[in-house]
Amino acid sequence: MKEYTYTEKKDTRSGFGAGLAELGRKNPNVVALCADLIGSLKMNKFIEENPNRFFQIGIAEANMMGIAAGLTIGGKIPFTGTFANFSTGRVYDQIRQSIAYSGKNVKICASHAGVTLGEDGATHQILEDIGLMKMLPGMVVINPCDYNQTKAATIAIADYIGPVYLRFGRPAVPVFTPENQVFEIGKAVKLLEGSDVTIIATGHLVWEALEASKILNKQGVSADVINIHTIKPLDEKAIIKSVSKTGCVVTAEEHNFLGGLGESVARVLVKNIPVPQEFVATNDTFGESGTPAQLMDKYGINYKSIIDLSLKVIKRKKESEKN
Amino acid sequence: MQNNLNELTTQVRRDILRMVHKVNSGHPGGSLGCAEFLVVLYNEIMIRKEDFDMDGINEDIFFLSNGHISPVFYSVLARTGYFPVEELNTFRLLDSRLQGHPTTHEGLPGIRIASGSLGQGLSVAIGAAEAKKLNNDSNLVYVLMGDGELQEGQNWEAIMYASAKKIDNLIATVDLNGKQIDGATDDVLPMGSIKEKFEAFGWDVLEIKKGNNIEDISKGLLTAKSLCGNEKPICILLNTMMGNGVDFMMHTHAWHGKAPNDEQLASALSQNKETFGDY
Repeated sequence: MKEYTYTEKKDTRSGFGAGLAELGRKNPNVVALCADLIGSLKMNKFIEENPNRFFQIGIAEANMMGIAAGLTIGGKIPFTGTFANFSTGRVYDQIRQSIAYSGKNVKICASHAGVTLGEDGATHQILEDIGLMKMLPGMVVINPCDYNQTKAATIAIADYIGPVYLRFGRPAVPVFTPENQVFEIGKAVKLLEGSDVTIIATGHLVWEALEASKILNKQGVSADVINIHTIKPLDEKAIIKSVSKTGCVVTAEEHNFLGGLGESVARVLVKNIPVPQEFVATNDTFGESGTPAQLMDKYGINYKSIIDLSLKVIKRKKESEKN
Repeated sequence: MQNNLNELTTQVRRDILRMVHKVNSGHPGGSLGCAEFLVVLYNEIMIRKEDFDMDGINEDIFFLSNGHISPVFYSVLARTGYFPVEELNTFRLLDSRLQGHPTTHEGLPGIRIASGSLGQGLSVAIGAAEAKKLNNDSNLVYVLMGDGELQEGQNWEAIMYASAKKIDNLIATVDLNGKQIDGATDDVLPMGSIKEKFEAFGWDVLEIKKGNNIEDISKGLLTAKSLCGNEKPICILLNTMMGNGVDFMMHTHAWHGKAPNDEQLASALSQNKETFGDY
């Protein structure tokens, strides 16, 4: 079995900041907007190097989304930066009408997604944002897994014409994908070949899936592991191909099971190749204060849950084979 | 020119009335109230390129924030050459580019943003004005908003931003007709002095007292243009009469979102004789 290791842990938001800075140097049309969270979004470098292409909006996210939409009229490529909660739920109608329905080339970049922003608690921990964004016609939804991939995704979305939701987070997580990788929107990345179960993960849960697969392997279970960094459009072919081999699926994400990656995968399965599926996700709940590790444990979104549900789904598969 | 614009306004009124009557839906009241303003803006004030492109570089651009007055917007766009006037016949019909509220989604020339859900146009206009500054494009951005629409909080975020960031290539006009769906703005949610509010937020405010008078609108807009470039955003308070030009539609909010029946249409059209030819 291929072994993945990491050299360091870094926050994915810093990957966004690095990608944005690089874009600032190579694409004069890229502009950035922020609603009073420059430090949290790691936008300092871009601002330092391109002060005239940065717009400090203040604490006014609705206005930020509208201004971003307007900046596209004149050929600019706006990247908005704030927390995931304030990037989506707070401004849903502004995104819906002024950006998505209007077909504007805005990149909505959202940090601090999910419970792992930690101590700030549920007011800031959105677990519904993937669902909100994927329901908008024409919206691309991306949740990269580590620093390098977030940087690559940030750079890649500038070349794509149309609205994009890019989701990343606050905590330092293992960096295990290659530096300077080419990021292909909508293309799943196969990480491990296996035969007993397919684990489809997004965001930093991809690392948890790799950790889980190591332990499962020691127990004689071989897992196919797929990194779905793009939830919409979803790489259906990669999912179907893997599942035709394994016959069961565990999806893993830092999001409510309602509206998340798991449901998107379930639709693909039901339409093409119905097999048992289990969901590593939060269970229709709000989060709370705590450390990221404590919260991932309490809300069942880490390698332990992936192991438990992998064993469960394999059991379900075997039972259905008997019948 | 003024006579010509008066005649064009009369034709625009006919278009509005016939459009909403045909599909028995739409918003004639506010549309009629803003007919003169849009006629003057598009025909006398704005620097426009002949062909429409989304970016609008090297020309003035306009956003309609109160998208429900789409009939007047569509009529003025068609009659200034953005698309064939015959297409007004498809207003609110299935597969039409003339949706109930304006949209870019169907590719109708002249439209740069979807509007209808209120309170979003000013922010978009500010973004477009910022893009013009980045592009060293000295042309202006215009936006029209309803007065009732100012009850939406996003406007005040935008109003605060525009003065703080010295957006001085923007002329925002508020259609002060004093009415909204549920009644007079003063009854629904009194907003006090809109002039003082804008001034307190750091805007230059000027008033067009007769907002349905071609000459006064023209003068007001030219004054507004001359004030641009002074590190302040410009607000025009445009006093209009909802339902203007149709006697039974004036002095009431009843025609905000209601179409005339056959008899009412005939009466309304008899007060506005055909000038440039019906579509």
